[in-house]
Amino acid sequence: MTMIKGYRRPNGKVGIRNHLLIIPTVVCANHVANRIQQSVPDSVAIPHQHGCSQIGEDKDRTFNILAGMGKNPNVGAVLLVSLGCEVINAKELQEVIQQTGKPVEWIDIQDTGGTINAIQTGIKIAKQLSNDIQKIEEVDVPLSELILGVKCGGSDATSGLCSNPALGKAADVLLAQGGTIVMGETTEIIGAEHLVAQSAVSEEVAGKLYACVEKFEKEVERIGADMRGGNPSPGNIAGGLSTIEEKSLGCISKAGTAPLKDVLSFAEEIPGNGYYFMDSPGNDIECVSGMAAAGVHMVCFTTGRGTPTGNPIIPVIKITGNEHTAIKMSDNIDVDTSAVMKGKETIEEAGQRILETVIRAAQGELVKAEILGHQEFSISRISISL
Amino acid sequence: MKLANDQDVTSIVMSEIDNVATLLKEVQAGESLQYVLNGNKFELTAKQPIPFGHKIAIKPIQPSEYVVKYGQVIGAAVVLISPGEHVHVHNIEGIRGRGDKKKGDKQS
Repeated sequence: MTMIKGYRRPNGKVGIRNHLLIIPTVVCANHVANRIQQSVPDSVAIPHQHGCSQIGEDKDRTFNILAGMGKNPNVGAVLLVSLGCEVINAKELQEVIQQTGKPVEWIDIQDTGGTINAIQTGIKIAKQLSNDIQKIEEVDVPLSELILGVKCGGSDATSGLCSNPALGKAADVLLAQGGTIVMGETTEIIGAEHLVAQSAVSEEVAGKLYACVEKFEKEVERIGADMRGGNPSPGNIAGGLSTIEEKSLGCISKAGTAPLKDVLSFAEEIPGNGYYFMDSPGNDIECVSGMAAAGVHMVCFTTGRGTPTGNPIIPVIKITGNEHTAIKMSDNIDVDTSAVMKGKETIEEAGQRILETVIRAAQGELVKAEILGHQEFSISRISISL
Repeated sequence: MKLANDQDVTSIVMSEIDNVATLLKEVQAGESLQYVLNGNKFELTAKQPIPFGHKIAIKPIQPSEYVVKYGQVIGAAVVLISPGEHVHVHNIEGIRGRGDKKKGDKQS
């Protein structure tokens, strides 16, 4: 059995990283959160645009993503920074994250008495939390504990020909060992949803998948535009992808061939082992952020054009099938599968190399996006700001 | 699975019912290229310069006819496309995600 390294949390879940996460509950608290983060090495912050002037499902989405980021087992402790008058209820957020058993502290800028006091108080608390989580010992855990997100972005023709099929092979091996795969990007199965639905374990699951796609397509209809130009993007088009259908058909192979167990809503906590689809935008940062909030440990991200995407709390492994990108963006690319395009390597062999990279990253080796400090985070919007 | 087992093969056809091939290298106008279909090697002359990763028609595609890659529909031709022509956004369109087309106006 393949073993990885993990940090066992009080609720029994295992993380492969041990981050102190600083969460601003609202855009107004971003600056204070960032200043605290800058003073505490090894901490990460997730500044974002939301948390106020939101109602209904938009408010819920922001809350759920912030809560999910805090609950992700890659996070050892959390510091919440609120302003005091926003829509997101910091106390409630603290209580939800505390259900994991990890330490969750909270400071409020209005209560603490302004920016300087809040930064000073926040640094003190964060230093203590950072100190505390350093004492958590790593343990050996089976690979079956791993929840891997599969994502593609900055796709070109090579994505569908080699990097996605190779990632699919790695996904098959991980699932055979009892692990978990999460695929998102509802917009990027448009035109290929019938093939994903064929793998669903039941008619009900297939129906949920079709409903997600229909919801997105109705929205495109409402906007009244051709989605080409937005998705596929100008870069996808320059890379040879002519329509969303072509892009989607290249996308779906990255999840492998296992039965689709269920379709989850955006940022919904992954319920168990197996292969799941998460209803999400195709947008790279929004999708990876939603996966992290759902409890994904790591994302394998294929990119033909080359994109640097990372995340504050989960490693994002970059895989390309484009030999030019592998050379030009070598500081971003973890796995080059372009030998498949030349017939010098099989898709299975490339998949094995991806899996080995996943295992090393799950044993603590930093991936390129982590080394470079890429920590992109964003929360998708549903409706208007009030 | 191997995509190409021969250095001479310069483009790839993913399924036997496809009417396009994907180029494994950039080609110039008049350059000939090879693809393998059902175990047989075929040759084709590019009518325009076509970049790496882009598609070339291997069969005539009539206006409104489906463009097929991976054995699946990736869109429809908007003009007649002859074998050897570059197949891309200038001569094919998507069928899905077309908010610009009124409902019922979609090609079935």
